[in-house]
Amino acid sequence: MKQFKAFVVKEFYHIFRDRRTMLILLGMPVAQILIFGFAINMEVTDIAVAVLNPSPDTYTNQIVERIDANNYFHVDYTVHSQNEIDELFKQNKIDLAIVFPNSFNEDLIESGKADVQLISDTSDPNTGTIIVNYATGIIADYQKEINHISGYPPYQIVATTQLLYNPEMKSSFSFVPGVMGLILMVISTMMTSISIVREKERGTMEVLLASPLKLSQILIAKTIPYLSLSFINLLTILYLAYYLLGVPIRGSLVLIVAISTLYIFLSLLFGLLISTIAKKQVEAIIMSGIGLTMPVMLLSGMLFPIENMPFVLEKLTHIVPARWYIIIIKKLMIQGLDFSFIIKEVSILLGMTGLILALSMINSKKRLE
Amino acid sequence: MIEVKNLRKNYHSPKSGKYAGIGTKDNLEKGISLSVPKGEVFGVIGPDGAGKTTLFRILATLLLADSGEARLSKWNVVDDYKEIRKIIGYMPGRFSLYMDMSVEENLEFFATVFDTTIEENYEFIKDIYQQIEPFKKRRAGALSGGMKQKLALSCALIHQPEVLILDEPTTGVDPVSRKEFWDMLSKLKEGGMTILVSTAYMDEATRCDRIALMREGEFIAIDTPANIIADYKQTLWSVKGDNLSSMLADIRDFPQVQTSFAFGDEHHITVDQNLTKSELSNYLSDKGYANVSIDDITPTVEDCFLALTNEEN
Repeated sequence: MKQFKAFVVKEFYHIFRDRRTMLILLGMPVAQILIFGFAINMEVTDIAVAVLNPSPDTYTNQIVERIDANNYFHVDYTVHSQNEIDELFKQNKIDLAIVFPNSFNEDLIESGKADVQLISDTSDPNTGTIIVNYATGIIADYQKEINHISGYPPYQIVATTQLLYNPEMKSSFSFVPGVMGLILMVISTMMTSISIVREKERGTMEVLLASPLKLSQILIAKTIPYLSLSFINLLTILYLAYYLLGVPIRGSLVLIVAISTLYIFLSLLFGLLISTIAKKQVEAIIMSGIGLTMPVMLLSGMLFPIENMPFVLEKLTHIVPARWYIIIIKKLMIQGLDFSFIIKEVSILLGMTGLILALSMINSKKRLE
Repeated sequence: MIEVKNLRKNYHSPKSGKYAGIGTKDNLEKGISLSVPKGEVFGVIGPDGAGKTTLFRILATLLLADSGEARLSKWNVVDDYKEIRKIIGYMPGRFSLYMDMSVEENLEFFATVFDTTIEENYEFIKDIYQQIEPFKKRRAGALSGGMKQKLALSCALIHQPEVLILDEPTTGVDPVSRKEFWDMLSKLKEGGMTILVSTAYMDEATRCDRIALMREGEFIAIDTPANIIADYKQTLWSVKGDNLSSMLADIRDFPQVQTSFAFGDEHHITVDQNLTKSELSNYLSDKGYANVSIDDITPTVEDCFLALTNEEN
């Protein structure tokens, strides 16, 4: 036990004396939360609009006013030709152009039907579609209003939508669990594997192996500092998410922490497994960095919805632990569900933990080869 | 004490297509054998790639041999590896220290690993440790090669091992520190410690009680340094003069010269018995070399090593 303690203390020396690495370890979650929370914003706001309205009248003016009054839109340009619109789009000055035909008023009065053209920049398809949907919504609202005034309402079917769990559609609700899945895995796995492989590379592992220390003592002592570091990271992320980004913690906090600990443990074991394969620190970094970060980012559902993936990739996501962890965290934090709803995911994580534990035990050697 | 019998461990090197390791000769059953009594300093001497590290790692329970047997004290290196790990002090080829930890922290850590304390064994390591104690707050990474070596030795000795296994402890260390190091080993030996040490520096061989000359995974001789030198049968001369480097080729052209090797500022050559120094001297003068002097010399261990190597070929 005394040996074990001395070993853990030594590991903390390594961490604290490498200030730069420690700064990265503790700063990364903060940076990620800030970047995802503020810089990378999936919501579409601040939409610049240009209007081409050759014959203004009450209706068109009111439509333009409605659009301009909306929080998301601001009408910056009133133009007089199609060419000007093209020019504004080319200069990236507008996101949307509204074009009324010359005969808008006549059409509306005479045939009860008038066209309005919405031109949007869809070089980013998501944003483009969202902008058009917003604008269409505003125009539809306006149409309802004038129908009402004119007194002969046609049949109307109104769909009322209720947005569960995230009514404001904040993207932070979905990326915070993603960031948790990513950061905890990367830090635990990469740091554990690097710290073990470093001993191999420097030759100190040889001395440790030739000493009375048990291999299990060495390996467990290696993981403890990173377990505590990851724990600090977990609390940092939860704190920032809750207080800074307003992400709710609707389910049990204890359960969230417990499941996260399981996930951290799984990641540490991954690091151990990598350390049994890698001979150089660079190899460990590549394996844990590229081998884990990329799949986690791409296949965990963090960036791309799993439902939309091709069959093979979709199946592949099943072996990504982060996928299950992110689902659990979403259920617990955002949906506020209880344990009975995450039994399947927790069992999968437990199974993976057992498998990785077995694999790394088989692969760990009490000798050099 | 150390007992090694028919030990063999081969690596296939895909690059050269050759086998490396120990006991790599055709007779695979034979392997290498060795016996070191308690309280002896036994040196394994040979160039890089001779198999010294492989042998030492097997003895330190870090590698499994392909065949053969090895015992340290009464323990077998395979079955009783746990016991062996308690009684050996092992210093691998590189100084295995934690460079970001101070001298004191390194020593303390290894003391705890071996379930002891610096205080308990201070007397035992005093001679060595005192030399680096003034720098005990300094990080190991900031020490000189000689000081690193002393710290590594202190760490290996902190639990008073019965057997000390030192893999090339003097490589990369300045000559003064090397001499001091061997003095320390002699002292430890007087305390009854069995010391197995390898080196590529042939001049260190005479500091050992007995040596094994190792080449390509085989022992080509095991004896005291004096006996190995006494066994040297050839006529050995040293040749000095101007333009030594080009002279070597001309010496080799001389029919009665058997071997010739450069040894710093002279050449060591072996010659047929009937050759006289003046004959060779005249030959070299005719070739245009000035200030040629030829003397009889006593062979060094390196001469013996070269001669034995030559015999085999």
